[in-house]
Amino acid sequence: MRPLDRTAAEPPAVRSLALSALPVALAVGAYGLSYGVLAVAAGLSPAVATLSSVLVLAGGSQFAFVGVLALGGNPMAGALSGLLLNVRYVAFGLAIARALPAGPWWRRAVDSYLVVDESVALALGQAGPRPQDPSRTDGWSTEVVRRFRVVGWSVVTAWIGATALGAYGGQLIADPEVYGLDAAFPAGFLALLAPWLRTPRGRLAAGIGVVLALGLTPVAPPGVPIIAAALGGLIAVWVPVRAVHGADEQEQRA
Amino acid sequence: MTTILALVVLAVGTYLVKAAGPFTAAGRELPAWLDRLANLVPAGLLAALVATQTVVDGASLTLDARIVGVAAAAVAVALRAHFGIVVLVGAGVTAGVRALGWG
Repeated sequence: MRPLDRTAAEPPAVRSLALSALPVALAVGAYGLSYGVLAVAAGLSPAVATLSSVLVLAGGSQFAFVGVLALGGNPMAGALSGLLLNVRYVAFGLAIARALPAGPWWRRAVDSYLVVDESVALALGQAGPRPQDPSRTDGWSTEVVRRFRVVGWSVVTAWIGATALGAYGGQLIADPEVYGLDAAFPAGFLALLAPWLRTPRGRLAAGIGVVLALGLTPVAPPGVPIIAAALGGLIAVWVPVRAVHGADEQEQRA
Repeated sequence: MTTILALVVLAVGTYLVKAAGPFTAAGRELPAWLDRLANLVPAGLLAALVATQTVVDGASLTLDARIVGVAAAAVAVALRAHFGIVVLVGAGVTAGVRALGWG
């Protein structure tokens, strides 16, 4: 059994976890700052802008929401376009749920709040695909859940804190694109994708995902391309293994 | 007031989609085919996030400094660099290319 005392957890794992969470928190914080500034510019009070980050905790949809407000659009239309972007969290929530223990309802309620791109992607990406060997799945789950919660709370802190700073502190903030931070997210997601790219089926799912996402972007409403990309996984499951490089079923990272 | 109401709709709706997975599937063994699907869905989603955040601007495809930064990050990934290094390479190279006046 793993010791319950958190300070007794293996130091190298904790250090590597902090090293992974920190750049994510910094990048999320930079975007939180610009969100706070934009939200106030779009007409929200600083208090409501900050509250929106506490309640929604999904950056892309919040940018979409205040984007509609800034253009003078109907707030409900803003909320709906934001929700469309967030439909992907059904898939993200399902992906992380496989690692979550069957805990009490409040535990699931808190974990649900922590479902964001970074927490799910970092937790699953760094642990890699789930091992097929049943004796190794418990260790995999423990690792995934720990990363998920640490990164999740880092994102919560950085996003809400930075929104408040941007909303109340206003115009002092430089454009995050000057620092290339808009490329920090795809770079990070690419690193997380790497374990799947080492398996034939993972490559297939990723390839189909890219084609669907880019192909649909010019024609579909925001959010839809990402949801459709999940179909990459769906199609990749049904393709016979022999058709994928004739590789064997062992697709796990060694 | 409509704005506050819309914000509440966004918040509640977002929480519900986030909670769907943890409240239906946590601690359960999924059927084999669904398990395999759940193992591959992150690949499709992550790849889509990489692609769209690299070459999409609004609703159109565009090539700018991000593609250089993400390409540099891909090299770092191939060299098995640490996650934090990959992120720094992606952001740093993109910022450098912008400082040189492109994208």
